[in-house]
Amino acid sequence: MSLVDSINRTTRRIPPWTLYIVGVIPAAWYFYLGVVGRLGVDPVKELEHSYGELALQLLIAGLCVTPLRRFTGIALIRFRRQIGLLAFFYVFCHLLVWLFLDVQILGQIWADILKRPYITIGMAGFVCLIPLAVTSNNFSVRKLGRRWRTLHKLTYLAVLLGAIHFVLLAKGFQLEPLLYLGAILVLLGLRIRLPRRAQPA
Amino acid sequence: MAYRWTNDLSREDATPERAFLNRRQIMAAAAAAAGLGAIGGPRGARAATGELDPNEWDEITTYNNYYEFGTGKSDPAQYADALTTSPWSVTIDGLVDRPGEYSFDDIMSKMTTEERIYRFRCVEAWSMVIPWNGFELADLLDMVGVKSSAKYVAFETALRPDEMRGVSFPVLDWPYVEGLRLDEAMHPLTIIATGIYGRDIPNQNGAPLRLVVPWKYGFKSIKSIVRISLVEDQPPTSWNKANAREYGFYSNVNPEVDHPRWSQATERPIGGGIFAGRKETLMFNGYGDDVAALYEGMDLNKYY
Ligand code: HEM
Repeated sequence: MSLVDSINRTTRRIPPWTLYIVGVIPAAWYFYLGVVGRLGVDPVKELEHSYGELALQLLIAGLCVTPLRRFTGIALIRFRRQIGLLAFFYVFCHLLVWLFLDVQILGQIWADILKRPYITIGMAGFVCLIPLAVTSNNFSVRKLGRRWRTLHKLTYLAVLLGAIHFVLLAKGFQLEPLLYLGAILVLLGLRIRLPRRAQPA
Repeated sequence: MAYRWTNDLSREDATPERAFLNRRQIMAAAAAAAGLGAIGGPRGARAATGELDPNEWDEITTYNNYYEFGTGKSDPAQYADALTTSPWSVTIDGLVDRPGEYSFDDIMSKMTTEERIYRFRCVEAWSMVIPWNGFELADLLDMVGVKSSAKYVAFETALRPDEMRGVSFPVLDWPYVEGLRLDEAMHPLTIIATGIYGRDIPNQNGAPLRLVVPWKYGFKSIKSIVRISLVEDQPPTSWNKANAREYGFYSNVNPEVDHPRWSQATERPIGGGIFAGRKETLMFNGYGDDVAALYEGMDLNKYY
């Protein structure tokens, strides 16, 4: 039995809903650490960073599912909904931290959303994710039919906006956000070639 | 001249020896246990009355920017140990009567150090209160004799690729350089800090000597200085070179002039805990009475 087969066999035994439980634990744990004063001296920023970074990583994980199956045969498609919804959950937590723990001042919140390109772009990413989260259920998949797949192409835009948001907020010339953006561009690039390849000869 | 300025912030009961678990953490933990929110601790309460006491030693020394050691806030504390700070000397040159390479010990033997408890406002919109020990830059400049043709002071940080792991990547155009107008440099609030809480300044905070200009954003207060040059023209400064639209030469704390990417109207005081929230940023970081006259007639929107 090949490695891929054994991976697939093992993952098939994991019920997808368990991902929700595992996925929410870091959010709760970081928040707890923040409340008891164990997230360093600037806990609000730290929380904002942890949630933002996890959100981006989960969005990227979601993008990996298809290429992973295509190039290695590892099938994680059963978990894609959970990955996507968790990503949305983390973006939402990230936004809540910003709203209620960081900025707090309504006037400044509006000003920031309208005036700060990195906030505007992050917000646009969040807005893109809302219809995706709302339709991430069997009922919507059935109801929307082919349109569901079209709608969910919005993921690509949302991830891209998330990464650009990260690049924009870095001070000076920093490597990390560019690596994320690069990884996303590669993952999206792989998809551009997919339809052609998929056509029967 | 030492003692030209009197502290307006109180040292209170803050000492470097304070227990690991400070009172704010105890209160925060208690609040968490009781399921309460909105507890900022004593500092939050004092902030409301305008009285502030200094941040903890641990806060000051584990959370800051010193990109030569990495861009993370804890990188300086983690990696700055590698910097050799003794022996140390500062080259003072340009338009001075007595240019030369002055050893740190030589400088210290001639300077009178005192404690200055200053607000510190980072351009990233967080802030602390720090009890520096140091001497007035004016005293050092008087020691070397400033020629009348000098208009600006240029500063340079050490650049040691073997000891500074962050400089292998061009986050900025190394070495870090900064500058002040001569009258800003001679102002009684402008100091060269060599200590915090009466201890030698730790490497991560800019040992063995650094600039502190409390009415300007933190990045103006250049660390680990190896060169001070008196010059006629406005010298280049690192962040201005990296992004002139975002970081001006003056970089005075100004709640009305936003950073293009974020608001400068408010700041997050470090140490208040997760629910402490922001407070309003003060013009010239609260030092307007002392320094506003330096900028009389200048359009601060243009000279940001
Ligand atoms: C697709 C949506 C989003 C993603 C993937 C995302 C991701 C990230 C990431 C990776 C970071 C950097 C974390 C770090 O420094 O390690 C970050 C920082 C941040 N994000 Fe987002 N974000 C999103 C949406 C938003 C929204 C909607 C807001 C607020 C309206 C927001 C506000 C911020 C702020 C304030 C920071 C910190 C900036 C600083 O360090 O000063 N983000 N985000």
